[in-house]
Amino acid sequence: MASRVNDQSQASRNGLKGKVLTLDTMNPCVRRVEYAVRGPIVHRALELEQELRQGVKKPFTEVIRANIGDAQAMGQRPITFFRQVLALCVYPKLLSSPDFPEDVKRRAERILQACGGQSLGAYTISSGIQLIREDVAQYIERRDGGIPADPNNIFLSTGASDAIVTVLKLLVAGDGRARTGVLIPIPQYPLYSAALAELDAVQVDYYLDEERAWSLDIAELRRALCQARDRCCPRVLCVINPGNPTGQVQTRECIEAVIRFAFEEGLFLMADEVYQDNVYAEGSQFHSFKKVLTEMGPPYATQQELASFHSVSKGYMGECVQAQRVVVVKPELVENFPDHCHGSTVPDPLPRPASTHALPCRCGFRGGYVEVVNMDAEVQKQMAKLMSVRLCPPVPGQALLDMVVSPPAPSEPSFKQFQAERQEVLAELAAKAKLTEQVFNEAPGIRCNPVQGAMYSFPRVQLPPRAVQRAQELGLAPDMFFCLRLLEETGICVVPGSGFGQQEGTYHFRMTILPPIEKLRLLLEKLRHFHAKFTKEYS
Amino acid sequence: SSQQRWYGPDNYKTQKPARRPEAESAAVGVRMQGARRYGCQAPGCGGRPLSLGAAQTLINLTGAGGSATTGTLHSHIGCSPGHPAVQSLDAAEARVIVGRFAMQRAAVLVRRGSCPRASGPWVRSHSSAAAEASAALKVRPERSPRDRILTLESMNPQVKAVEYAVRGPIVLKAGEIEMELQRGIKKPFTEVIRANIGDAHAMGQQPITFLRQVMALCTYPNLLSSPSFPEDAKKRARRILQACGGNSLGSYSASQGVNCIREDVAAFITRRDGVPADPDNIYLTTGASDGISTILKLLVSGGGKSRTGVMIPIPQYPLYSAVISELDAVQVNYYLDEENCWALNVDELRRAVRQAKDHCDPKVLCIINPGNPTGQVQSRKCIEDVIHFAWEEKLFLLADEVYQDNVYSADCRFHSFKKVLYQMGHEYSSNVELASFYSTSKGYMGECGYRGGYMEVINLHPEIKGQLVKLLSVRLCPPVSGQAAMDIVVNPPVPGEESFEQFIREKEFVLGNLAKKAKLTEDLFNQVPGIQCNPLQGAMYAFPRILIPAKAVEAAQAHKMAPDMFYCMKLLEETGICVVPGSGFGQREGTYHFRMTILPPVEKLKTVLHKVKDFHLKFLEKFA
Repeated sequence: MASRVNDQSQASRNGLKGKVLTLDTMNPCVRRVEYAVRGPIVHRALELEQELRQGVKKPFTEVIRANIGDAQAMGQRPITFFRQVLALCVYPKLLSSPDFPEDVKRRAERILQACGGQSLGAYTISSGIQLIREDVAQYIERRDGGIPADPNNIFLSTGASDAIVTVLKLLVAGDGRARTGVLIPIPQYPLYSAALAELDAVQVDYYLDEERAWSLDIAELRRALCQARDRCCPRVLCVINPGNPTGQVQTRECIEAVIRFAFEEGLFLMADEVYQDNVYAEGSQFHSFKKVLTEMGPPYATQQELASFHSVSKGYMGECVQAQRVVVVKPELVENFPDHCHGSTVPDPLPRPASTHALPCRCGFRGGYVEVVNMDAEVQKQMAKLMSVRLCPPVPGQALLDMVVSPPAPSEPSFKQFQAERQEVLAELAAKAKLTEQVFNEAPGIRCNPVQGAMYSFPRVQLPPRAVQRAQELGLAPDMFFCLRLLEETGICVVPGSGFGQQEGTYHFRMTILPPIEKLRLLLEKLRHFHAKFTKEYS
Repeated sequence: SSQQRWYGPDNYKTQKPARRPEAESAAVGVRMQGARRYGCQAPGCGGRPLSLGAAQTLINLTGAGGSATTGTLHSHIGCSPGHPAVQSLDAAEARVIVGRFAMQRAAVLVRRGSCPRASGPWVRSHSSAAAEASAALKVRPERSPRDRILTLESMNPQVKAVEYAVRGPIVLKAGEIEMELQRGIKKPFTEVIRANIGDAHAMGQQPITFLRQVMALCTYPNLLSSPSFPEDAKKRARRILQACGGNSLGSYSASQGVNCIREDVAAFITRRDGVPADPDNIYLTTGASDGISTILKLLVSGGGKSRTGVMIPIPQYPLYSAVISELDAVQVNYYLDEENCWALNVDELRRAVRQAKDHCDPKVLCIINPGNPTGQVQSRKCIEDVIHFAWEEKLFLLADEVYQDNVYSADCRFHSFKKVLYQMGHEYSSNVELASFYSTSKGYMGECGYRGGYMEVINLHPEIKGQLVKLLSVRLCPPVSGQAAMDIVVNPPVPGEESFEQFIREKEFVLGNLAKKAKLTEDLFNQVPGIQCNPLQGAMYAFPRILIPAKAVEAAQAHKMAPDMFYCMKLLEETGICVVPGSGFGQREGTYHFRMTILPPVEKLKTVLHKVKDFHLKFLEKFA
């Protein structure tokens, strides 16, 4: 060890105390990443919880985490059918137990047979279990009124975030002004800005129109694109529908216009549709980009590149109430794309029950998928390769996705309970969406667009100039200041709008509508009072 | 192809409008909206756009007035100019259309390298709308309309450079062969044996009962009242559930992982090493791969000669080379000593780092212990030397210890880097930055599908910890079921608990069997002329060296394949056995290997080994 001691003194001389990995030496792209949903305000919330546990006195008794769309943490009950099937998959000895319904057992056996060694513990192929990809394809076909989906175009993923990052990763290339630019909505879900920072891509903002219930405006897209061309090569357009955090549900016309725009401008379309089953407002209806794209016919249907994302983490899946106007293109027509099919619609020969398939959150299981349309075959291989480096998405998440896309049929024993559970959850969410909008709009200085879909409200709050000034003195964004004060005084944890992006000089926060309705009512009241008090304090 | 049928300037000439009569007879006419975006929407036209030539003609004609323009527009795309809808296009609308074509034209010129504002007859004569459009265009990198946006040429070059042999071409081929077998195509074998990946359950290994019981209880808590589950399993499940939001595995957890699970991991490490571990230094991950790439992501920076260099063993587990390519870091190879049972030699580390300093900034040293694919287990002395070297050279240490439970040789023991680091004294334990990795996928449990794992970081700068949490939080959290599985692995039944006996029995059965198979594999391979196999001290693989005759090397080159890829392909095609060529892991120039798992059940493994032997002898004979 003598030589080592010598080395040590030498080490001290060389100043070896310095770390290899510091803020200065670390990956600068990672350093630029920001992620508001789990940012400083959430850290403070954790600390407050700790303090409450230690018995520190606060003006509230619990921290309410309204910052993230995590339904089960908010007390929503899991759907029995899902958990039963999954339990059987995990521990197949239960297959002989009389306590489980037959359809549950059949499902579990079917999934297990598709797993290596009939175990959830085996790796699967990197794009996910073939059987489950086939089930997902069938689900998409049902959703889109018969437009075919190819299991080979479906990749299962670790939640939607994983798939979004993977597709972005493929798309980012070039240097300087040729660097890939990615158009994202403002306000956005900060996964996008974070992933773009990490990949060192150029973020190109387009603003949603708050005055028109956060709708997307093509002229604004064009403005953003034109300006961006001075500094980068815009190649990707991201759309979040239903919107997060805005809750806006896009109309069919809007989607058509977006597709046309992407096509004309040579943009790869990424459609984040994880809230597709969370549509509450009357008159609003979810249209998938894939469906609209296909129905627009060639050249869009045959050429426009699209990746659409879905996950088991969010709300409700299944066939939405789309009975008002069921449009189907006969599969054989779509395959051949004859000229006359463009824009023509054929009524669905099989009217579907106007039921909703309401399925609750499975955030923790991290299941999701991406469907790619018109993607280059070689690139699709590259995508499979990239995914294979991480081996495979978690298999329990894959299994759960399978149940979500093929829930019990009306003839099966579990159907009744399943239906009751999902409808309860859906009805309650719709009521909460309405309540939130209502309470906020009664408060002076708060304005809230209708929560048409998703799980959030994103109200605009007026902050008095003196509060803005005070925030600036503290080196905080004004809405961050507001949210921090809200947290300290009421225990309510919401995310400031600055984390999602907003028009200069406007202030917002994002709040989930997931707490149980009575708790939500209380929370909204508290928020309203706090805002009034805050306004008074700084005016 | 259908795409060329629909869109593109060059098609215009070659494809005469076949459906023109239909178009003329159609009473529907051109829909205005359709005409505004690229051309005609009449039935039969299918929205066919103008050719570049047509656009140019149009631009030249713009001065002649709207009706001429729209007439030309439609005659060029094959509709009747006498259409009522065509006539209803007014001059302003036509200019909009023409302006867009001018933009398209300009873009093509830009792409060809000529300036859109260069003089030329068509430029001078275009309308004011077109002029505005082209001015707004500036330098706009555009594709020709039928090109895809995302192609092999335009995609992220780093991603393209990624290679991952464990699931590479040979595995794709194996998949094809399986399909062929299913379709009833005759082969000299009846099944494909996937010995390419360490996937224990797929090879028939039974899950550990206790682990699955707890997982089932967590998944469906109604079972907590069932008498068919042991009390200790219920206790564990309740504990995990209480730590989850809403008492459900379905909730997101903290990004770093569920608190109580991180505490259990820290307690496990403390027991294993006799050295304290801090839950704050534990990060749960989606399998170990996720942790490794996350830490590497933090570490990569700089450009040119100051780009981060990452030292990895050769042969390596190709996750490392794949992540290094993806991050565009510099891979710095150090060779393990095959003659010395694949041991790591610090002189070789020194050579590698010295040479690397010419072209990059070596900042990271990755160690895989027990080795993958080598199966080598490092001695305590070796680990001390490595730590000293890292300390001396200021390298961040990554210790991939996912095979820590898989040690078979009687004279080998697993020593964690963390433990050795702490035992080497304060100077090292307070300075050397270390991240070590573990997972649920290997060991005796083999729960690959759950994607559970953790990393422990030592001496990480507090600010970097913040950055790490931020980076992890973008992906929200690791799968909670995988976290729960990790918890059961680090917190197994203890003596006195109901499930203890069965648990130990199952665990020892798996590990005992693996030890037997390790010995069997080594012995059998070494009996084959032209195959040389180091002892399998640990992990789950054999990485034998194979003699490939010169003629076979030539044949491989003729097929543009690495010689060992050629060998493995032939092995697969003739025997159905899927192994991974050594070139996917890296090997000394001129030597050839393959990696094979030892996971198949003993009897099956024997068959596999005999088949490989027969194949190898035949191969030698054929190419002698």
